[in-house]
Amino acid sequence: MDYEKLISPGAAQMRPSGIRKFFDIAAERKDCITLGVGEPDFKTPWSIREAGIKSLERGRTFYTSNSGLLELREEIAKYLNRRFNLHYSPKTEMLVTVGGSEAIDACIRALVSPGDEVLIPEPSFVCYHPITTLVGGTPVPIPLKNENAFRLTAEELKAAITPRTKLLIFPFPCNPTGAVMRQQHLEEIAEVLRGTNITVLSDEIYAELTYGNTPHVSIASLPGMAERTVVVNGFSKSHAMTGWRLGYACGPAPLIAAMTKIHQAAIMCAPTTSQYAAIVAMRDCDDEVVAMRDEYNMRRRFMMKRFEEMQLPCFEPEGAFYVFPDIRGCGLSSEDFCTTLLNESNVAVVPGNAFGDSGEGFVRISYAYSLQHLAEATKRIEQFLKKRRNA
Amino acid sequence: MDKLLTIMEANARLSLEEMAAMLGEAPEAVAKRIDEYAKDGVIRGTRTLINWEKVGGNGVQALIDVRVSPKKGHGFDEIAEMISMLDEVDGVMLMSGGYDLSVSISGATFQDVAMFVSRRLSPLDDVLSTATHFVLRTYKKDGALYGFENKDERESATL
Repeated sequence: MDYEKLISPGAAQMRPSGIRKFFDIAAERKDCITLGVGEPDFKTPWSIREAGIKSLERGRTFYTSNSGLLELREEIAKYLNRRFNLHYSPKTEMLVTVGGSEAIDACIRALVSPGDEVLIPEPSFVCYHPITTLVGGTPVPIPLKNENAFRLTAEELKAAITPRTKLLIFPFPCNPTGAVMRQQHLEEIAEVLRGTNITVLSDEIYAELTYGNTPHVSIASLPGMAERTVVVNGFSKSHAMTGWRLGYACGPAPLIAAMTKIHQAAIMCAPTTSQYAAIVAMRDCDDEVVAMRDEYNMRRRFMMKRFEEMQLPCFEPEGAFYVFPDIRGCGLSSEDFCTTLLNESNVAVVPGNAFGDSGEGFVRISYAYSLQHLAEATKRIEQFLKKRRNA
Repeated sequence: MDKLLTIMEANARLSLEEMAAMLGEAPEAVAKRIDEYAKDGVIRGTRTLINWEKVGGNGVQALIDVRVSPKKGHGFDEIAEMISMLDEVDGVMLMSGGYDLSVSISGATFQDVAMFVSRRLSPLDDVLSTATHFVLRTYKKDGALYGFENKDERESATL
């Protein structure tokens, strides 16, 4: 059979992730250390794990309602209110999903028709683009700039909007750049969007990981924005729960209803064990979240210090757990830099262009690793840079 | 609690500049605090954790539960300090529960440890009884894993 012809055009056109090959090589090599992983190195806090175990002991092994356990949704509502001043009805404006990823998928499917344009600020998480093409939408990348600290500006947004613009992906705090949109930046973006029919998919999965004096601000908390925003969040990054696969979407009731229909057909409900565990995460784990954030922050500062010492330019990231140094001074493309670094120094990092063309000239380095690991990796990178500069 | 101490406890080889960067402080301020902590006896020393088993030079370690009779006016301090001064002794802690002092010691052979207990520790006037437990294997000590590694089990997923 000619399998190529069997694959639907939508699926065939999905852009594959450009990251895998580096990890595949890295995994096979002895003594190779990676700074590539995009998930916390912390284990899930014990009280959350215990709640999962207890739910199994009690035999809670059934489906939950499609939208998720009401008790969990109520806790999420309280949490969002407490942390980010967001107000959602647990019954009509919330859907518990299989990770933030499913929420993103359901949101794009529910909103985007063939021909619709989806604005995707880049560099950013790799899934927005392929899901958009899968449903026949047209991804419209907005290249973000290093000189703007990789923030989306009102001018960039205005220039990208056309009559066909349906959805704006709003991925802040940003993977891979660590960029954060503060209140004043959000006001400018909101001003452009108010009065349009554009919906915002605000991917706030890194909301708990912002560094600095002010906590994360959700664009949905600005006047007139909740009615046009779907907030996506989850437990993976904030509570180190990646493997539990649990996230959620909040937004206007009609949009959540449409997403819930997709979720019902495709998923049924998010994993029950994970939902019981997540109730504890929402209710009792603010201190654990703070402790992890503090640890990431120390590592972030450590990395910036090391980059300064090795004269590798890097804008100071204010969120997530990535740094995104500018490697253009090395005279190598992002891919060549990563390949050479891997071959010569046994360190795996991710080329910036894997997150969109505008990531070219940068690499993504994760600091979700122990300090010892980071110290060894940065030592190797420093030696690598020295050798190249002397060559 | 000063985060500086937590950082130093976990990692003795960070430079002053690195620690200052991690804390978001000036190196001078951090250096001053380290000096003060040393002067005040908060910082008791800096050592390297070594898994002696790997280089065949482990010797024998033991934990000894010691019951003592406390002295009027001095409580347990006098006898505890006296035991602490013995060179063979690695650690002395006053415990709650069924005995009073937990004494850790290391020697080249079982014989060494036995001799220490019978000739030096037991004869002390205030020592009422001892119970010696030999360490068979160390899995974790001072926060470090011994004999097995904590593997990074994260697999590559799309990011």
